[in-house]
This record gives sequence, C-alpha cells and structure tokens, in this order.
Amino acid sequence: MIPNAFDYYSPTTVEETIGLLQKYGYEAKILAGGQSLLPMMKLRVAMPSVLVDINHIDDLHGWREENGYLRIGALTRHVDLENEQHLKESYPLLSKTAEWIADVPVRNRGTICGSLVHADPSSDWGAAMIALHADVEVIGPSGIRRVFIDDFFVDTFTASLEMDEIASAVLIPSPIGRVGARYMKLERKAGDFAIVGVALHVIKANDGTVLDSGIGLCACGDVPVRAKKAEEWLIGRPLDKETIKQASLLAQEDANPATDLRGSAEYKRDLVRVFVKRGLEEIADELR
Amino acid sequence: MAINQTELRPMGKSIHRKEDPRFIRGQGKYLDDIVLPNMLYMSIVRSPYAHAKIKSINTEAAKQVPGVKLIITGEDLAKMNLAWMPTMNGDVQMVLATNKVLFQYQEVVAVVAETRGAAVDAAQLVEVEYEALPVIVDPFRALQPDAPVLRDDREKKSNHIWHWEAGDQESTEEIFKNAPVVVSQDVRFQRVHPSPLEPCGCIADYKKGTGRLTWYVTSQAPHAHRTILAMISGLPEHKIQVISPDVGGGFGNKVPVYPGYVCALVASIQLGIPVKWVETRTENIASTGFARDYHMTSEIAADENGKVLALRVKTIADHGAFDAAADPTKFPAGLFSIVTGSYDFKQAFVEVDGVYTNKAPGGVAYRCSFRVTEAAYLIERTMDILARKLGMDPAELRLLNFIRKDQFPYQSPTGWTYDSGDYEKTFRLALEKIGYHELRKEQAEKRARGELMGIGISTFTEIVGAGPSHSFDIMGIKMFDSAEIRVHPTGKVIARLGVRHQGQGHETTFAQIIGEELGLTADDVLIEEGDTDTAPYGLGTYASRSTPTAGGAAALCARRIRDKARKIAAHLLEVGDEDISWNGESFEVKGTPSRKVTMGEVALAAYTNVPEGMEPGLEATYYYDPPNLTFPHGAYIAVVDIDKGTGVVKVRRFLAVDDCGNVINPMIVEGQIHGGLTEGFAIAFMQDIPFDEDGNCLAPNWMDYLVPTSLDTPNWETDRTITPSPHHPIGAKGVGESPNVGSPAAFVNAVVDALEPFGVEHIDMPIFPWKVWEILRQNGVAE
Amino acid sequence: MQISVTVNGRVYESDVEPRTLLIYYIREHLRLTGAHVGCDTTSCGACTVLLNGKAVKSCTVLAVQANGQEIMTVEGLERDGELHPLQKAFWEEHGLQCGYCTPGMIMTACELLERNPFPTEEEVRKGISGNVCRCTGYVNIIKAIQSAGHMIAQQDKEPKNQSEVVPSGN
Repeated sequence: MIPNAFDYYSPTTVEETIGLLQKYGYEAKILAGGQSLLPMMKLRVAMPSVLVDINHIDDLHGWREENGYLRIGALTRHVDLENEQHLKESYPLLSKTAEWIADVPVRNRGTICGSLVHADPSSDWGAAMIALHADVEVIGPSGIRRVFIDDFFVDTFTASLEMDEIASAVLIPSPIGRVGARYMKLERKAGDFAIVGVALHVIKANDGTVLDSGIGLCACGDVPVRAKKAEEWLIGRPLDKETIKQASLLAQEDANPATDLRGSAEYKRDLVRVFVKRGLEEIADELR
Repeated sequence: MAINQTELRPMGKSIHRKEDPRFIRGQGKYLDDIVLPNMLYMSIVRSPYAHAKIKSINTEAAKQVPGVKLIITGEDLAKMNLAWMPTMNGDVQMVLATNKVLFQYQEVVAVVAETRGAAVDAAQLVEVEYEALPVIVDPFRALQPDAPVLRDDREKKSNHIWHWEAGDQESTEEIFKNAPVVVSQDVRFQRVHPSPLEPCGCIADYKKGTGRLTWYVTSQAPHAHRTILAMISGLPEHKIQVISPDVGGGFGNKVPVYPGYVCALVASIQLGIPVKWVETRTENIASTGFARDYHMTSEIAADENGKVLALRVKTIADHGAFDAAADPTKFPAGLFSIVTGSYDFKQAFVEVDGVYTNKAPGGVAYRCSFRVTEAAYLIERTMDILARKLGMDPAELRLLNFIRKDQFPYQSPTGWTYDSGDYEKTFRLALEKIGYHELRKEQAEKRARGELMGIGISTFTEIVGAGPSHSFDIMGIKMFDSAEIRVHPTGKVIARLGVRHQGQGHETTFAQIIGEELGLTADDVLIEEGDTDTAPYGLGTYASRSTPTAGGAAALCARRIRDKARKIAAHLLEVGDEDISWNGESFEVKGTPSRKVTMGEVALAAYTNVPEGMEPGLEATYYYDPPNLTFPHGAYIAVVDIDKGTGVVKVRRFLAVDDCGNVINPMIVEGQIHGGLTEGFAIAFMQDIPFDEDGNCLAPNWMDYLVPTSLDTPNWETDRTITPSPHHPIGAKGVGESPNVGSPAAFVNAVVDALEPFGVEHIDMPIFPWKVWEILRQNGVAE
Repeated sequence: MQISVTVNGRVYESDVEPRTLLIYYIREHLRLTGAHVGCDTTSCGACTVLLNGKAVKSCTVLAVQANGQEIMTVEGLERDGELHPLQKAFWEEHGLQCGYCTPGMIMTACELLERNPFPTEEEVRKGISGNVCRCTGYVNIIKAIQSAGHMIAQQDKEPKNQSEVVPSGN
C-alpha cells in the first residue's frame, strides 16, 4: 500500500522542528523511527499532509547518564538499549523490554520515545517506563517541560503533547541499590502486541527488603497502567513467597483489561497475577 | 562448490535444487517484478459492508485525480456481460457488484491510473452509497426457513447450495442401530486462508496490433486459467498467452480466477496498455480463496473390543457468498469421503451440504487435496474420542483397526480403491522412534505431580493425484497432465510440463525423473513450466498432483524417447533392435556390454545419422491419464506440555513418519514435510478468520491472521517408510500436503490428551492459550 | 525530491515523491527486484535490506530517509563472482522453496552473523522472527544460517578472501 502524498521536511534543529509544527499544526506528524506511523499511513489510517523527519537532529540521538538520570534521546532506537552491557547492569528492564518489541528489523528502526508518544495501551515501553518511574521531556515554543510518565498518557493514542511540542527524551532515575527486573509478556505470535505485559522493577535495600518498586501493566486499560497497590505493598517488605503472592493479587486490582480476540478480561487479569508472581519470584531468586 | 547435479542415475538422490541459484541472488522473477513499458496500475474499491444494497456510485472526484485513466463499475461490466463470471465449482460470482454486495471487502469499482499511488488516491475518492441489509454469518442460521435469501440471482430461493453424499446410508444406519458402542462429536474446522507470502496479482497486456492478450498471473494452473479466460472473455484461446512466472507460494490460493484479474483484463483491452493489479495482504485474506470452514458431526459405531464398524458424518460447508471452491466438478465436497481414513470400516455414510453466508467466497484446497484435511482431522479426532470411551490406548485402538497390508488394493466403503499401504509398519516405526511407551510412563508420573503433558497421534491416509479422467474434470476438462521432452543434438534436454511449481522443486525433481529414464544427469535437463504458448496442456499444481500426474507423464514421455533411441542405438551398433538392452546409463549389445552408446551419442545421431526411413529428431509428448489416485499415508506423534498459569501449549516434540511411495529427492521431500507441518501447526494453534455478527472480517491482515514465525514454530523430526504405488510409473505418490493434512489432529489430540484428567473430549482449533486456561479454570486448576 | 543513495556500493541520484517507500524505490526506480513486498503491516520482512549495515523493513522506511545513506540488498552480496556464504548455505541446506522470502531472510541473517558469528538455534530463531517464510518451516533456514557462520569463519582464516565474505554496509 502507498501512503497519501505529503510534504516532507527534515529539520536539523529542534527550534526548526517546533517552527514547522507551529506552522502546520495537526496537519503535521513527526517522523522518528516510523515503525508505527508509516504502517498507519500505508493503510491510510493516518494521512498527514506534512511529515517532519527529526532524524537529522543530532541533539536527539543517543543516551547518557546525567544528574541522577538516564537520558534516552528521542532518536534512541529499541536496539540501542537491547544489547548495551552497561545498561543491562544498571537498567536491566530496558534490555528485557526491548527484546520483546516486534522483531530485529523493527527494533533497528523504531524509537522508544516514538512508542511512548504513540500512547498505545499495548505499549511495552509504556509499561516499562511506568515501572521505572520515568519522566518525558517535552520541548515546545515556550521551552522545556517534564511530564511524569503517568501523566504523559492521557488516553488511548493520546499523549500529553500540544500540537507544537515534541517529546525530546525520556528520563529514568538512576537506581541506587540492587536492581532486579523482568518484562513478562504473552503474545499470540512472536512480535505481536501483548495479550498482557507486565514490567517489574525492584530495588532492594541492604537489609533485604524492597526499597523501591515499579510495576507497569500493558494492555490492561485505556493507557499503560501502574499497579500502584502492589508497588506500595512491596515497599519495606522482604521478597518472600507470601509478599509476592499478595503483590500478585493486588496487581490484579489495578488491571482493567478488555475482552477481545486475545482473550477474556478474566483471563488477562489472571495473567497479570501469574506474571507478577513469576517475575517477582525470579527477581527474588536473582537478588538473594 | 559441490552441488551434485552432475551424477548419472539422479533418482532418489538429495540433489541440490537447480532453481535456487536465481532465488539466492534475488533474480527470481515474480509477478510484481515484471514491469512493462507504459504499464498502468489498478486499485479496487471494496465494500465496507457484508450485505448491502448499492444505492449509488459517484466516480467524479476520482476521475479528477491526475493520472487516472479508467474507472470501471459493475454497470460497465454488465454492458459487456462480464459483471458475473463462472466459478470452478459450477457457481457464478460477481466481478464488480452491480446492485448489491454480499461480503465485506467485495469488489465494487476498479480504478486504473499511471502510478500505484494515483490508483489508490483515486480509489479512496470513489463515493459509494450503501443501504445495509441483514447479515448472515452463521451457516446454520442461513439454513433456517426464515433466513433472508442471500443469492436472489439464483432460481433456487434458499441459501442451501447443494447436497452431496457418499457411502451406503441404509447399511450404515443398520449397524448404528445395533452397535454396542457409539461415539459422536461436533467438530469445527475453522475458516483459514492459505496466505502465500506473495499475494495474488496479474498483468494484462492486450496488444491491439496483434489482437493478442499476454496475461502474466501468479497461477498454479495457467492452462486452466487460459481456458477459463477464453470462456469468460470470448477471446479466442490461441490469442491468449498465460505466463505464470516464478510463484511466491500458492497453497491452493492461486488456483481460482479472481475478479481483479477480469477487471485488469477489461482495462487492458479497453486501453490497449498493460495493466498491473497486485493485491494488498488485506485483499488477499479478506477476498480471495479461503479454505475449510466445515462444521462436521462425526459418529463411529464399534464393538465392545474397539473394532470399528461404521462411520457416519454430517457436514455443513460454509462457502461464503459464492461457491468459489476449486474442486473437481463431480466432487463439490472434494475428496471428503476419504474420511474413513486408515481404518477398516464395514460401512460409512457421509453427507455434506453447501451453504451461502455473507462472507468471502471460496473453499479452496489449502495445502490439501480437496477437503482431505478436513476428513483426516475428523477421523483422527474421532478415533481418539472412541479410544477414550473404551478406555483404550489410542495407539492400540489404531493398531486394531488398520486396513491390513494384505487387504490392498483396498475397497473403501465410500468407493475409493486404495492403491497400497503398510499402516502398521509406519506406525510401529513412529512409536518406537519417539519412545511411545516411555512417554506414557513419563506422562503418568507427571500427572501424579499435577503436571499436564499430552501425547497425540494421527495415523492418516491421504488421497492425491487427481485424477483419472473417468471421474475427474474441472469444468469439463479432464484432469490428466502432460510432459513434452526435446533431446537436442548434443544430448541436452528441454522438458516442458503442464503443471506449475511454486516452491516444490520441479525444476530439480522432474529433471531427476527424466535424467534417470534417459541415462542423463539432472543438469542435462532443463525444466520449463508456466507458459501456455510453449508447455503442453495440463491442469496445474495443487492437491499434491504434480508427481502423481505430470511426474508419471515425464517418466512415460522419457520412455517413449528411449524407445526411439533404442532403434537409433541398434542402427549405430549395427545390430537388431532386439539385441539392444538398456543398462540405466547407456544402450549396450546384449551379451557384449563393452559395445555401447550413450544417450548423447544417440541424440547426435537422431539429427545426423538416423536409420533409413526413420523420422529425424528426438522428441516426444505424453499425456498421462492416471489409472487411479495415489494414497500416501503417515504416522505422526506430538508431545506437548501445558503451562497451567497461562494456558500456553508447548510442542516439545513432533515426529512425522511419512510414506509417500518412492522418493525422487529425499532432501526436497523432507523440506515439503517441514513446511506442511508448520502450516498444520499454524492451523492447530494460530490461524483463524473470525467474523463479528455484522460480517466484519476480524483478521484481515498479518497482524491478526497469525502466521507462524521462527520463534513460534517447533522443531520437526522426520522419518519414512516406502510403500510404492503399484500403478504409478515410478511408484511415487505425492507428498506436499500430507504433513498439513495429517498434523492438525496430532496436535489437538495431544492437547486433549493432556487435559484428559478433566474429562475434556474435544477443543476446536485454533487452540489459543485462553481456551486452555478456560478449561483449567473451570476445573479449579491454577498456578 | 532529489536524493542520492548508495546502493550496493554504487551511487544513485534520483528524483522521488516523498511518499515513495524505500522498497518501491529499490524495486521500481533501481530495478533491483530481489527484495519483495509481502504484507502491508511490517509483519513479513520480505522487503528487508541493510540500511547502514542494519536490517530494516524497507516497506517501512521512506526513500527520502535513505538520502545520503548506504543500502545493501541481496544483489550486492556476491563478490567477484563468488556467492556469499549465506547464499551458498541456503542452497546447500535447502533453506528455500518458493524463494520469495529468501532475499529478505538472507539480509536479516547477514546482520545477525555480523553481530553474532556463531548463533545458537534459539538465537537464530530470535534473530529471524521478523521474516516470515510460509514454505520451509524454518528448520533448514536455521541450519543454513548456522552453517554460513562457520563458512565465514573458515574464510576469515584465509586473509586473501576476507573482502569477499564480509558483507559491507558500513
């Protein structure tokens, strides 16, 4: 299939990009990795008349650690987080999530920020960033603002972005303590959107109790969901069998999946329980 | 590098494929790779409704798109008497809808433009006003007396298409009345789609100067397509050249003629310019030949010891809006009556009723010899249900009921004559090789620990190679097939066949057959298929028929050449014809083997030095009308483990022991089996085309129609026994479809076996994890 | 829009509509028809090529995005008339049937072997999961990719052949 005709711009600065967005408004779409946008354009589900390709903006490339955060630039691709040894150690949830995204060629191209901006309730990165308590950095005509990930997802396919703003980076707090993470996902076929996905991130204190925890749920609501009750339950407790069991039950309470071709709501809610349990058990073993 | 195509006596050897050098270089030539000068592109406007009246069509805005050359509506086609076309199953099908649409994604308007983009842009601007009509998606609802009649074009005012039956009803009923044991099960074989990687498409190239139409089309049956086209269009058949270039997979999807083909043809004839139409994936899945969609009820009558007595089957066949199946004409339900399978039933009675619904038309044989997959699945499923009822091991039940080796040729109660088989030998090899008894022990131990492991068996019989002309034709054309062999002066051969491969390796295997018969290497023989101007007439490649039909033609055609060559050899060796013998590599003088000539030497003589009175040259044509079908069989065993937390079924092992008679190329046969098992796996666990109550297709792309990737697919173990076909010229039977026909039952039987402790008797495919989870939940099982 | 793209080592200057997908640019402007189109949803991988050495689905990249970049397609794998080890291995291990997925599959495998010369079966399965094959059931494709890894290692031991076997793209 062929996308509709459009005008193409490839600015080299963020300012230029904002200028184009101001000029064209909702007619314009940002093109980063294009792995969600271009398929939608080919099916003509999306028909923007202007594409602003941000791939030539050097500032948006790459990741770095600064000021207690890992800053993942808007053009960082899934593959960049998948195989990096340093990241695997300090931010294990990133590579564990990345390997579940679609397939190698898509991961070579698609971006983390692009996936977040798309605001798909089945976004693996959405669940992972919730578990990591991330912020999204947004740049607009009036400067830079930071949006907590929970506030970034406004509704299905709607992120907290004005029409003249771009998401320039996602910021993840650098963990202090021993970190364990899992991304648990069930798919109908490899590379599919999740039936259910669960991102688990646990920081353990020296006394063996949980210092901080993050649990994000994918395909469990209108947007990626935080399993807040389970997160709070874990803090200050040892990762033992009873604690984990209770967390897995509490996680279900925040899950609100829909019945569809991928299975019933009951099934998906039960998968949340099973995945939280299994994931935390694995983390407990690993951090023992 | 050592690619051993240069050995004499190539038959039975794993010769590397001769077609591969172009494919691995990206030099295959598939339909969309062909670009003709000034070629235009076509896009089709399709109905968003499953059933609706068309109130108006407005093409004004579309016409304004720069580059648009032609817009065709159903009204335009009606003026040419082309708004409807015949299907291969004796029905008619709308090319472009005139007054109403009968399924979602039905063809409504065709737009032809200078570029792909312009064609799609313009198609988007065509305005069609619809008035929705009540939709029927359930074939049982379609049969109710108060159901709206979908096909008001037919004389028969009912959604019932046809009734077909086989076997003896009275004797079967009699046995059931008195049978000590009866089992019964409703079994659905869901709607699936062959979905080859290359979608369907064509280029129609009509040249006004010559009055000739060259039609490039991704076709499994180019000769049949030419004849049908001649019948539809009124163009003389010799003015149509059909070229089926390299075909990127077919699996039955590329047998029928589709509405888009007719539109491209009309456009090219009107404009005198080549017109290309290539489907999108959505168009492929949602409008072209689907497969299966059989709602079956199966009953077996048996005695207390498990000896089967009679089989009774009732089936509702959902054909969608038009019966666009591609079955042999006398077999509207294909070869479904093979449903008695590998077992010695005394009697059987099989009924099938075809029904219209508001769904895409079809009923093609997806990697299947015309409804054999449905039949094999049904009998293998029901045999397991019988074993359960009797408390018998399903392996023991099968061994008790197999048609014995000494019963061949075996007359089945539904009228087939099985050519050969040794079911027990094949099955025992499978049982031994997989370690069946150890697996049962392991299963018992696991069950004691609450773990869910299942073992599933399928010992199927196939029926392929349609077919003998006394019974088999498509629209009147008999289903023989053909070969033409030309041996050139230096002993190199070009052979052409009436079939058309799509990955089966004909360029290698048919070269092996001919090389073997003529004392040449596979490299000496160039195989050409797919051009109706050059190849002899044949019905094409599907239903595992190429080796049984064209393979037979190739061998017999080569023998015809050899007969003439023998006379030339006698002339060269200065002896009488009767003094010459063939040693497999050369002609020699009986009793003096040192005096010999090769086929190469004979070939040269055929053009330079023939005996007086003999016609020069060395070529032959053979039309092979097979005396019977062939009956490959196999024994498949699946071992699965079920995750109690998620309902996910993991196929731990799968062993396929196949018997396809004599093997031409073991490497290629194994490859065919791997591929067929993967499609069987996909059907058992993934592939499904569901519809909502409004007739919306819910899996119209590869995001929702789940084709397996490398990560989804298990590893395959294979082995074989060889029971040659007694009537086939080289004793071969055909193999491409056996693994797809035989494997679904093994997978499902394994899952049901794993869930046996909960009294589960059947699960309809595809077995999604949620279905298993539901069963576990109902039985109080949870992680 | 004017673009300049290096494809298989050769520079092409072309004028394309911005909406032209890279796959159609390669196939219809450059007439390199090895890579194919098999779906509309970035699901099948038949269109896979290397973009600056990375496997991408060229149906989901715009031709204008390849401006100034390097593309490698299956047609660029042969060196001095010698098949690339992956091409040889696919032939020898019967890693193809209809051949439609083969060019894309080989290019994905090409990047995989660059990253991981001796992948396990599981690693190959993960590496090629974005490339659908409807014919082979993948078993022989996996064998072929593993075998090619060994062939490349063997050839790397012979320095004179090195340039022939390392696919460029960087």
